[in-house]
Amino acid sequence: MAIVKFPRKEFEKYIKIDKKIEEKIAMFGTPVEYIDENEIALEIFPNRPDLLSLHSYISSFLAFIGKRPGLREYIVNKPEPKYEVNIDRSVRDVRPCTACAIIKNLKFDDEKIREVIDIQEKIHSTLGRNRKKIAIGIYPLEKIKLPIRFEARRPQDIKFVPLDFDYEMTALEILKQHPTGKKYAHLLNGMKKFPVFVDAAGEILSMPPIINSNRTGKITEKTRDIFIECSGFDLNVLKKTLNILVMMFAEMGGNIYQMKLNYGLKKEITPDLTPEKIKINLANINKLLGLQLKEKELKNLLERMGYRYESPFVFVPAWRVDILHEVDIAEDVAIAYGYDNFKPEMPEIATVGEYDRKEMIKNRIAELLVGLGFLEISSYHLLTTEEIEKLNEKSAIEVEKSKTEYRFLRNNLFGSMLRTLATNINAEYPQKLFEIGTVFRKNEKKETGIEEEERLIIAISPGNFTEMKQVLEYLAKIFNINTKLEEAVFPIFIEGRTANIFCNEKNVGVIGEVHPAVLKAWHLKMPLTMLEINLETFYPK
Amino acid sequence: MIKEIDNIILSLSPLEKQILPFLKDAKNVEEIITETKLDETSVTRGLKFLEAKRLVTLDVKKKRIIEPDINGILYLKKNLPERNLLNIILESAKPLTLEEAKKKGNFSENEFMIALGVLKNKAFIEVVNNKIELRASKEEAMKKFLEEKFLEALPLEEEKLTEEQKFCYEKLRTRKKIIRVVEKKEIAFELTELGIKVLEELPKLKQEMIEQLTPEMILRGSWQGKKFRHYDIKSKVPEIFGGRRHFVNQAIDYVRQIWLEMGFQEMKGTLTETAFWNFDALFTAQDHPVREMHDTFYIEAEGKLPDKKIVERVKRAHERGVAGSKGWRYKWKEEEAKKVILRTHTTVLSARTLAALSKLKNKKGKFFAIGRCFRNETLDWAHGFEFNQTEGIVVDKEANFRHLLGYLKEFFRRMGHEKIRFRPSYFPYTEPSVEIEVFIPERNQWLELGGAGILRPEVVVPLLGEWIPVLAWGPGLDRIIMDYYEIKDLREMYINDLTKLRKVKVWLK
Repeated sequence: MAIVKFPRKEFEKYIKIDKKIEEKIAMFGTPVEYIDENEIALEIFPNRPDLLSLHSYISSFLAFIGKRPGLREYIVNKPEPKYEVNIDRSVRDVRPCTACAIIKNLKFDDEKIREVIDIQEKIHSTLGRNRKKIAIGIYPLEKIKLPIRFEARRPQDIKFVPLDFDYEMTALEILKQHPTGKKYAHLLNGMKKFPVFVDAAGEILSMPPIINSNRTGKITEKTRDIFIECSGFDLNVLKKTLNILVMMFAEMGGNIYQMKLNYGLKKEITPDLTPEKIKINLANINKLLGLQLKEKELKNLLERMGYRYESPFVFVPAWRVDILHEVDIAEDVAIAYGYDNFKPEMPEIATVGEYDRKEMIKNRIAELLVGLGFLEISSYHLLTTEEIEKLNEKSAIEVEKSKTEYRFLRNNLFGSMLRTLATNINAEYPQKLFEIGTVFRKNEKKETGIEEEERLIIAISPGNFTEMKQVLEYLAKIFNINTKLEEAVFPIFIEGRTANIFCNEKNVGVIGEVHPAVLKAWHLKMPLTMLEINLETFYPK
Repeated sequence: MIKEIDNIILSLSPLEKQILPFLKDAKNVEEIITETKLDETSVTRGLKFLEAKRLVTLDVKKKRIIEPDINGILYLKKNLPERNLLNIILESAKPLTLEEAKKKGNFSENEFMIALGVLKNKAFIEVVNNKIELRASKEEAMKKFLEEKFLEALPLEEEKLTEEQKFCYEKLRTRKKIIRVVEKKEIAFELTELGIKVLEELPKLKQEMIEQLTPEMILRGSWQGKKFRHYDIKSKVPEIFGGRRHFVNQAIDYVRQIWLEMGFQEMKGTLTETAFWNFDALFTAQDHPVREMHDTFYIEAEGKLPDKKIVERVKRAHERGVAGSKGWRYKWKEEEAKKVILRTHTTVLSARTLAALSKLKNKKGKFFAIGRCFRNETLDWAHGFEFNQTEGIVVDKEANFRHLLGYLKEFFRRMGHEKIRFRPSYFPYTEPSVEIEVFIPERNQWLELGGAGILRPEVVVPLLGEWIPVLAWGPGLDRIIMDYYEIKDLREMYINDLTKLRKVKVWLK
């Protein structure tokens, strides 16, 4: 989820913000986070990185409200001599692809420099999967000698002054000492060679996906022309990303120039802003949306979402990354039509509801226990390390990298119940509680390697064995099941006051009085009796 | 007047009648306790009842009483540590080193330091070159300390301390558990004019009054000719609590009822799932951020994938696309899909249901689920790692976007939300996608409830085997539940505060 913050003053040069426009912005699919005197903050969903910059957003939004509909076109100039990037074979194993462009005649000020950095960061963190998939570099052209080479070198052969530093460092020093280097070092982990962009004078421009050179990789207010590169692993993705960037720079007033990319014998020319032609079917769209649009209406709606439509073809802007299928276009039609203009309709299809049988039985058990004066509790499925230790549960399954102290999947309901009792020693007694919940244990035969079982736990405090046995027999009688108790030993219960519950020769649960040492460990002051039973016992075979 | 007094007498409880005669002469509550042999609570309660009947006026004063605390009681028996230290010094023929003194007295580090400090302050001793030297005469040293006298004099009222006692109080209160202050109530009482009259009349009403009606009285008719004591129908009664369902489960039951009434079938499944069903089957690319450990609970285990046909189709949807889609275009990995997780949404149940439907001839139906889901999240007032979601799908060749909005509108209307609106949204597995918001009139605010949409062909075709529109939604339930019960802190959902659970209002929408 990306939140963009546009300066309100700039925004209002094109669109005056009022309640109605605010509503429209949300209905465009970009919910308003907040608006204050200085900023307007919007949420841009990950499918629309092309809306991340102020000017591209404004152009798209103006089209949406019908002011400048249709496909935006930009002049793309052919590569000038030396507008070339030579991709060396050596990058194949480290970061094989790049897509590049040159933009001229930009006017940078503080605001715009900040915007460019912001867009770069937003794309890195969303589409770029934190620079893993895409890393973007932007360089002032006047500091660079063309053509450029993209190659991989041994770390000790890479030496340059990284951004915001004033002395030269080696590649390894950057990864160990530079804040940005440290943050992204894992992306080069285990590589024998690191990728670098080098200019015709042999100057290192950057080491993607880590950092630019301070000398050649820093945009200032004096910068007018820039060189952009996107590097990564999938040329198609990089081309799209580059399209988004050049479109945004064109919106800022820059002129786009293509570059020749020499992948050995294979040549590529980027960027290419030719729209993609997709065939659609009006009937399909009408059927999916439940509308009866005419060709003319469809054309109008598509143009308001920035497409060109020449029936049956939709021309999709080259910077849209989210159009995989006709349904994606259908959604844009729906957005242009206005979600608030759809008339909700409940079709009269006669179907029969079906209550899950087990859920029904669980509810019946709960009702019976409530009738006996029991209070139902509901707890997390995870237990803390401390709780696991107190219960001496060696076989509990651990989840990976939990952000809280709750780290283990419970393999019985005793922990949750004891936690509840322990946090309620000041609540009125008697405390008669129950919970119905899932427990987990390893079982290789299951699809996930984990077997889940639903159980019922009952606790009475203060209470004794007899009182609990009464409850068990009450439930057994009403559900018409035969249970039998057999003396047993169970870690938390007092010996001689513990029994396994058997039903049809199967051990289905345990009942007992809790040992005072356990009570003490949980800081409980009242006698306690508990019962835990597998719910399968109650389900009809 | 006489009538009033009679009525009052009729309404006197046995407790009140027991206390009343002593109120004329008794000086304080203690005396009443001695006379009536009742406990303090009963006497206080009785006095309050009598006050309510205007027979007595009460004046309750709070007093702060200083008492010895645990260590204080101990020191009263075994002397203060400074006394013990001083005795050791007096008994020793030559000056002791600090270590020797500490060992001899068997002091704890803390006690020893304090004792030493106190004696130094009193100028009884001096420490020179690590040795304790006596600086006071034997007589002087044998005299009782002020603190000792103070301790022996306890309990004392804080307000009435002498200057000397105040000094000791200040010294001792900073030390560990020697003294403590407890608040005690002192009740002064005086009979009112009415009270005196009632007391005078009391013996005249010799006749026995009926308290609790007993089966025997009914059987024998012995109640005849007697009077029933009048109860004070306005007096407070002790609270009672019944058994209850947990409030979250009450809400869940209600939601289930709605889906059943609307003709939906319930879907059930496990809480642990393979990434395949939770993500891959729902066209969530394998490098999508939601799949990171940062957001999802993973369990170290290798799950099993379903039958090859479905796996192949899902793989193709990701790599090259199906049904006219371009797909995500990357290399899809089986290992990633085999990972085991705690389900992040109930939508996983819909995916499984579609796969099950593919085996049927009539691929049609309306299904719902309500269930607990997980995300690797911190725990505070606004975040939690478990949450409830309700899920629904409608599989129907004729289903469309307006129907989706229609089902949602009807569901939320039954949930008590008349005003609902839909905004564009984004989910990897639906297109068009919808965000649902309901209006909360009390707060004049829209409440965001979560997502809905029509499942993408890249989801439906691999699972169902063909393209049929599938309307799908999975709004969260917790925000609705919290809104209804006016819960501000998400942790309260599963903290099980019994006092609150016993009193929480009933779910009535």
